[in-house]
Amino acid sequence: MASSIKIRKIAEVLDAQIVCGDSFIDHEVDYAFASDLMSDVLTLDSEQVVLITGLTNIQTVRTAEMADINCIVFVRGKRVTPEMIEVANENNTVLIECQYSMFKTIGLLHEVGVTPVY
Amino acid sequence: MEFSYEVEGGNFAKAGNAASGVKKVLKQLNVDPKVIKRIVVALYEGEVNVVAHAYKGKVLVDIDTSRIYIRIEDEGPGIPDIDLAMQVGYSTASAMVREMGFGAGMGLPNMKRNADAIEISSKVGEGTVVELTTKLTS
Ligand SMILES: Nc1ncnc2c1ncn2[C@@H]1O[C@H](COP(=O)(O)OP(=O)(O)OP(=O)(O)O)[C@@H](O)[C@H]1O
Ligand SMILES: [Mg+2]
Repeated sequence: MASSIKIRKIAEVLDAQIVCGDSFIDHEVDYAFASDLMSDVLTLDSEQVVLITGLTNIQTVRTAEMADINCIVFVRGKRVTPEMIEVANENNTVLIECQYSMFKTIGLLHEVGVTPVY
Repeated sequence: MEFSYEVEGGNFAKAGNAASGVKKVLKQLNVDPKVIKRIVVALYEGEVNVVAHAYKGKVLVDIDTSRIYIRIEDEGPGIPDIDLAMQVGYSTASAMVREMGFGAGMGLPNMKRNADAIEISSKVGEGTVVELTTKLTS
């Protein structure tokens, strides 16, 4: 069974910066999935997923749009671009920039009970 | 309802324009979000394939009350062995495509999984046509 977590709480746990989508940070996600491979992300069937990735390009945000993912955490201090913010805003996607490594990010989220997709 | 989109080979910045447009239309038609997701994921994979593997292409969309028909056609190298290309993990994607987060050889199988019917025809040295049909009711 998934345990829900607010997007706001995810940013807090990760000491991370919410870059856009402020009005949706009280929405909850049930699952997390970590990958730099968008082909992988596009095979997910789960809903209310937060995507954790080190891939910062427009296709990450497009992939989230198609896969109904409403929150993306970019790890390792990767910066999102204005084009990414534009597409994210169109689709009510919350983008979060996090300084931690992929491993640490996942560890911290796992510790507070975020559930894997599988 | 019919419309079309142009797809530019190599232009990852624009990949997803067609899928994004179709998603908006299907939302307006109040199609079940689960059905919308299957349709736009398949279309998006198809668009990315044109961007990643072909020179240029076109997406034609035809929606009626019961189903959506999508035709993704491109001018490109074509697919010599379609059965092989349909296998999970088979990919000829370039390093550039992999850097964009694609090229795992999962797109065509994922399109097949998400569409009710898929039809692929290809001529080596000319191009590829992928046709997807999906019912709009779940
Ligand atoms: N439109 C196309 N034109 C030419 N070759 C294609 C086309 N679509 C697919 N292919 C060939 O089929 C292979 C498999 O396609 P598929 O979409 O399954 O994987 P991929 O595009 O390589 O990676 P992924 O989809 O996981 O990002 C490609 O690597 C390519 O060789
Ligand atoms: Mg592909």
